[in-house]
Amino acid sequence: MDFSLLTTEILVALIGLLVLVVGLVLPDRGKQLVGKLSLLALAIVLVYALIAFPREASYFNGIYQVDVFGNYFKILFLIAGILVMLSASKYIKRFAAKSSEFYGLMILATLGMMVLSASGDFITMYIGLELMTISFYILTAYLQSDKRSSEAGLKYLILGAISSAVLLFGMSLVYAMTGTTIISEIAGAWTMQPAMAAGLVMIIAGFAFKISVIPFHMWAPDIYQGAPIPVTTYLAVGSKAAAFAALVRVFMLAFPPGSISFNWNIILAVLAVLTMVIGNLIALTQKNVKRLLAYSSIAQAGYILVGLVAANTYGLKGVLFYAMLYVFSNTGAFAVATAVEVDAGSTDIDAFNGLAKRSPMLAAIMTVCMLSLAGIPPMAGFVGKFYLFSGAIQAGYLWVAIIGLVMSMVSVYYYLGVAKAMYIGVSIDENPIKLDVPAQMALWACLAGTLLIGIYPGPLSNFVQTAISMFL
Amino acid sequence: MTVSLNDLVFVAMALVIVVAATGVVMLKNIVHSALSLILAFVGVAGIYFQLSAGFIGLVQIMVYAGAISVLIIFAIMLVMDKSVEKTNLFSPNIIRLLAGMGLTFLLFVTLGVSIWFTKFPVVPAEGPVDAVGMLANLFMGDYVIAFETAAILLLVAVIGAIILAKGAEDKQ
Repeated sequence: MDFSLLTTEILVALIGLLVLVVGLVLPDRGKQLVGKLSLLALAIVLVYALIAFPREASYFNGIYQVDVFGNYFKILFLIAGILVMLSASKYIKRFAAKSSEFYGLMILATLGMMVLSASGDFITMYIGLELMTISFYILTAYLQSDKRSSEAGLKYLILGAISSAVLLFGMSLVYAMTGTTIISEIAGAWTMQPAMAAGLVMIIAGFAFKISVIPFHMWAPDIYQGAPIPVTTYLAVGSKAAAFAALVRVFMLAFPPGSISFNWNIILAVLAVLTMVIGNLIALTQKNVKRLLAYSSIAQAGYILVGLVAANTYGLKGVLFYAMLYVFSNTGAFAVATAVEVDAGSTDIDAFNGLAKRSPMLAAIMTVCMLSLAGIPPMAGFVGKFYLFSGAIQAGYLWVAIIGLVMSMVSVYYYLGVAKAMYIGVSIDENPIKLDVPAQMALWACLAGTLLIGIYPGPLSNFVQTAISMFL
Repeated sequence: MTVSLNDLVFVAMALVIVVAATGVVMLKNIVHSALSLILAFVGVAGIYFQLSAGFIGLVQIMVYAGAISVLIIFAIMLVMDKSVEKTNLFSPNIIRLLAGMGLTFLLFVTLGVSIWFTKFPVVPAEGPVDAVGMLANLFMGDYVIAFETAAILLLVAVIGAIILAKGAEDKQ
């Protein structure tokens, strides 16, 4: 076996551990270097991952799969991690002495996501999932001076543990029925019996919790609001994408669509519709931008789920495409919110008043990212939703696509509500918000990503096409 | 249907686990709950022994019934600052209590029915001769990635515990 294909994972693990050690060894002044070093290292791994994209291998009879699908998601996690860490450069000062461990935990959470998206077996998948979520439990409670953060950490720990238990119970039932935990072997081994159905429903519930699909979303708003903003961002873009990767792999490989005895598409269709409708409607009434973005990201999970419901070329392409543009658009929106919170100390919508006069660039980036999330051309979100909904229509789920389109229009209202505050609202403070260089880089990258993917989607589209070829 | 000795052992162990696990939830003193949890762990170990997985049974007793329960009781001792008599009470809100019980009942019935009416594919198998060797082979062979990831996971958990506990000290 050629283990050199695991280089990406091994490098990320090494960087994570090194950052932890270096943070302990270096004197206080050197600790500021840790952030820059880990960013540089991650950037190098990203370049390597891009080069290694087409390389494939299957380890231990399919227990661990290095394939283009997993490689695509590894690249996505690395981009998301780098953008989040860049945008957090100023916010991180609030962590004081614990900032180097912050980087370490973020990197190890990335490793968990990579294992989750590349494992071809339930046990490895579960360990990856736990590495990711345990890192997030800690990161959520990181801001100990803020009571909300500790509360969010505790809530996430308890609810996350319950959802893991449900997921494990489901996996054990599937194992009892098929005698294997390897996903590709389950495909030929299952028969539809009551216990199998119970197991599958529990697996869906377990993953639905991680992607915060309604009715498994109850944790998301409180935790997104309570957690430090960079963690919220990573939770929304990284953790969600990783769970989607696992969900796609499990259902497309173990239960190929079109089987008569088990139509999982319809279960997911109902969940997707509930999520799009309720998520968008609750977001309408939010007065805090962080909470608004939390509900918006619940609704976005609904859109992405539509692609898996369709389970055809367009749909799956949509899932991967949307997950990538979501990284740029959502991180952009959260990065502006981070800058505002560092400046004003709050993310209430009033804190955004008059932002266009104070920092026109920040306001413009926020507007572009939010319009992209709403699906307005020429921003990237439009192309993503085009793939998702045309996939659904092709697969015969016209009603899902129509509800999705209507709810996207509803979402424009609350996204523009923020834009209205920024452009029409009046602020007492007239000084521009000061940004440091890394945060500016992150913002520019998010803006460029959102616009470029929207105007010229060709390259990413081809990239995605290669990544999903193994399922169709 | 004949009931073998093997089945009787299983039923006995299952009863121990269910009664002990119910005790964890129902007992009002959290120390009693912890002790009841140890009993449940021992019951699970019994099931492992019955399945001729002796090594895992021993590990279960040593790690869970031994180390982890001691940790739980230590944690209770360190955190507790009031009398232990009424430390593990039900929610005083009767509606929430009923809703929780209702949901539990529904889950119990659904899972119970679905498992009861399923024909599980039974594979007659002997217990492995060299269970420890087989485990070692799996850990260092097929599941080596999961094994190494689990090592990192434990490290993250330890670091997290230290960070969170230390932060609480800083505040004082």
